[in-house]
Amino acid sequence: MSQLQAVNDFVVKFANVNGSGSASANKLFAQSVLRMGVPATPRNIFPSNIQGLPTWYEVRISEAGHQGARGGTDLMVQMNPQTWDQDVKSIVPGGYLFYDSTRNVPPSKFRADINVIGMPLTAICNAEYTDSRQRQLFKNIIYVGALSALLDMDPGAIETLLADQFKGRDKIIAANIHALHLGRSYAKLHLACPIGLTVRKADKVGDRIFIEGNAAAGLGAVYGGATVCAWYPITPSTSVAEGFTRYCSRFRVDKETGQKRFAIVQAEDELASIGMVIGAGWNGARAFTATSGPGLSLMQEFLGLAYFAEIPAVIFDVQRAGPSTGMPTRTQQCDLTAAAYASHGDTKHVLLFPEDPYECFTMAAEAFDLADRLQTPIFVMLDLEIGMNDRLCAPFTWDDTRRMDRGKVMTAEELEAGRDFGRYLDVDGDGIPYRTYPGTHPTRGSYFTRGTSRDRYARYTEEGDAYQDNMERLLKKFATARSLVPAPIRRDAKEATKLGAIYFGSTAAAMDEAIELLAADGIAIDALRIRAFPFNDDVEKFIAEHDQVFVVEQNRDAQLRAMLVNELEINPKKLSRVLHYDGSPITARFIAGAIADTASSLKIVPLRKVAT
Amino acid sequence: MTFLPKPKLHHPKLASNELGFTRRDYEGSISTLCAGCGHDSISAAIIHACFELNLPPHRIAKLSGIGCSSKTPTYFLGSSHGFNSVHGRMPSVLTGANIANRDLIYLGVSGDGDSASIGLGQFAHAIRRGVNMTYIVENNGVYGLTKGQFSATADKGAKSKRGVVNLDEPIDLISMALQLGATYIGRSFSGDKTQLVPLIKGALSHKGAAFIDCISPCVAFNNHEGSTKSFDYVREHNAAVNFLDVIESREEIVADYAPGSVEIVRQHDGSLLKLRKLASDYDATDRIAAMNYLQTHHARGEIVTGLLYVDPEADDMHGYLGTPARPLNAMDDGELCPGSLALERLNASLR
Repeated sequence: MSQLQAVNDFVVKFANVNGSGSASANKLFAQSVLRMGVPATPRNIFPSNIQGLPTWYEVRISEAGHQGARGGTDLMVQMNPQTWDQDVKSIVPGGYLFYDSTRNVPPSKFRADINVIGMPLTAICNAEYTDSRQRQLFKNIIYVGALSALLDMDPGAIETLLADQFKGRDKIIAANIHALHLGRSYAKLHLACPIGLTVRKADKVGDRIFIEGNAAAGLGAVYGGATVCAWYPITPSTSVAEGFTRYCSRFRVDKETGQKRFAIVQAEDELASIGMVIGAGWNGARAFTATSGPGLSLMQEFLGLAYFAEIPAVIFDVQRAGPSTGMPTRTQQCDLTAAAYASHGDTKHVLLFPEDPYECFTMAAEAFDLADRLQTPIFVMLDLEIGMNDRLCAPFTWDDTRRMDRGKVMTAEELEAGRDFGRYLDVDGDGIPYRTYPGTHPTRGSYFTRGTSRDRYARYTEEGDAYQDNMERLLKKFATARSLVPAPIRRDAKEATKLGAIYFGSTAAAMDEAIELLAADGIAIDALRIRAFPFNDDVEKFIAEHDQVFVVEQNRDAQLRAMLVNELEINPKKLSRVLHYDGSPITARFIAGAIADTASSLKIVPLRKVAT
Repeated sequence: MTFLPKPKLHHPKLASNELGFTRRDYEGSISTLCAGCGHDSISAAIIHACFELNLPPHRIAKLSGIGCSSKTPTYFLGSSHGFNSVHGRMPSVLTGANIANRDLIYLGVSGDGDSASIGLGQFAHAIRRGVNMTYIVENNGVYGLTKGQFSATADKGAKSKRGVVNLDEPIDLISMALQLGATYIGRSFSGDKTQLVPLIKGALSHKGAAFIDCISPCVAFNNHEGSTKSFDYVREHNAAVNFLDVIESREEIVADYAPGSVEIVRQHDGSLLKLRKLASDYDATDRIAAMNYLQTHHARGEIVTGLLYVDPEADDMHGYLGTPARPLNAMDDGELCPGSLALERLNASLR
């Protein structure tokens, strides 16, 4: 019987029943690994349900710092009989199965090529506790304790975490530590400790922080000067608004008066949400909403209004598997074209693609400057993978000399001085006109905002020339946006290569690792991470410099690829699709496999082989 | 007639209000609505009300949806910022605008199609939230701009111009407003300026969600025999419960009324609503009694008009949100951005 051996490089998967308190215990485990200085990347795989259905928590432990999902499980912590069969199946040969041996499981349910570790958790719990809720909650801590012994982890790190989590509540801390050691002692006494997989203290976490993307986005909105949030709950975006609420309560409440320098309205639906955002943006406040695919569909009409009437707005789309209700708790990158071309008629919208919580923070803050500067909706495209999973990322920074860029707003003084004001008049040649806030000047600067056509001075007209002039100016404005939005990040291989890959968002972690895997196999590939739409000139340049470019994305219809062809007039044959869209996070193995297959079929010979 | 621009000159003796504005300063462009349209009378009443209240025109924000009535903001308050949004969605835009700057006066103009069909949800929720606004529905029972379809406020049994009978139950926005907690509710008729102007004045002075349902006959599509929203029908069935005067706080009340015939309501801003009762059993401060009265009299075929309900203790959405007196749109980096030190502390808590 082989026993998988690995130090700081394996995947632990917890299979639980949701609503059982397992989430916090599993997070405790992940954080303990981090406290030992070893990067750990947890992922929630949860059903569209509140209580009673299966949920998984997959932790990839990687000293090398790989944060993408890997595929396969090395240690399965099986706490849910309902999913036993599929969970046992997912264990790699030589891997480990940890389960609650209180109930009898027939030998046929196991596999000959895995190592089985049984611990009578329920029996231990029932002997120790009488209250049913305590039994349920402490069972989770007990198995964390057992794992700490099996994986040779530092119990001190776990104790410190418990003390931090329940600060001030000494009784609870003591109870948890007791449960922890109950599990740990049992394991040391009755199980073979440690197993082949161990966690060893390292120094690979550094000063990085651990936070989910949605919370980071909410924080970015606070730092970006947002005062108005109108939203409607939808998985997986709800925690953006919750994060904003939490951070506003911390940072935006006057200590003496209790007055709140923000307003958060839970609207009756997504249409009202975006309507409020637009009303607030029109009236000079920085406003945003957070939603997912179905909400984006509902908002289409208003988005067209904001585009045509040129009103700042920020929309966080935390994408999930579509279409329609789709899979509310599974990840995908499938709203690109719906966002980029939102609403009927000819429209084009600015999109931002953060890759991790750090960029969720920076791009959220930046989105408000862009919205005001460009006077248009800005979409920050997250997905469930980034939004709802805690992730190690660079610590947030802020330059205290930074000021909000409110864009072109004509003041009362300028109006009084007789400056010419036309709401849709291009004065600087960048396609961006001046606007005025309502209530600015007694007799000057007022105008009508509407979704209908009008001339440069906001006077209603149906004349073709005036309409077309305006439409062309909107294109000019979009071209100006190219130099203002985040530029792509290019990472070239050590050797010169004619193969390239384009990717964005949550694909990044898997892509970085895939490049290493391919390089080890002799396939060199240059990579470009797109961070916004409209596409920076570097994107066109990158494609021109390579013979074949793989566009890696998580949707069925290759939406980014379609946009590249459409916007940059690229020959479609030059762009190969690499698509993963089953609702699970993309893996490095998948990307590397797909690229290697295509590369060999393209008969592009890896440079190393040429030398022999 | 409507393509001629309005002359800028006015009579030298034209009265000005306390701000030095004449009535002309509260006007907008010339109306392009049908000659005789009820909506134009409502626009005139709005102009009149704003002039008499001495409101600074640029401090009013006028918002509307889509439809004939939603076109009217162009025809009044030319110095105000206006927002003609999308069909049925004016309330959310107004709510957002109000949140951004609590200091402006918000006037939402809508129609029965805009507010009772596609916009029914947003109408209801804006009122529930207590948004400080004057929400006027210009109610003609049809979709005028798309040429005469029944709207959701059309009475059951009413006949269209082509003889089609409406078989659906009508929506009564006043009853809904009462149930949803609006704190100033009135119904009037575009043909009755003496009733309508004070109602609008009271609504503009009111701090809370003020709603006015104003029947406004559509001369093109719903002013014929068989219509229940025509000039003739409304005049015949109008049952006003009171007559309103809005008195600003500084003025004195002349006490010369028969006892029990006048109700004085003092609003938050100090203004007084003097209600001369026409129906002696009507109490405009009793919400439940108002609900009953309306149902009873409607069943008799009466169109109950006047100031139907007012809550002098009303609060508005900003009260519930706990926002400061300083508008959110005026805040600067110092007030909004927590800074790098706070961020460092936060980072530390995330390790």
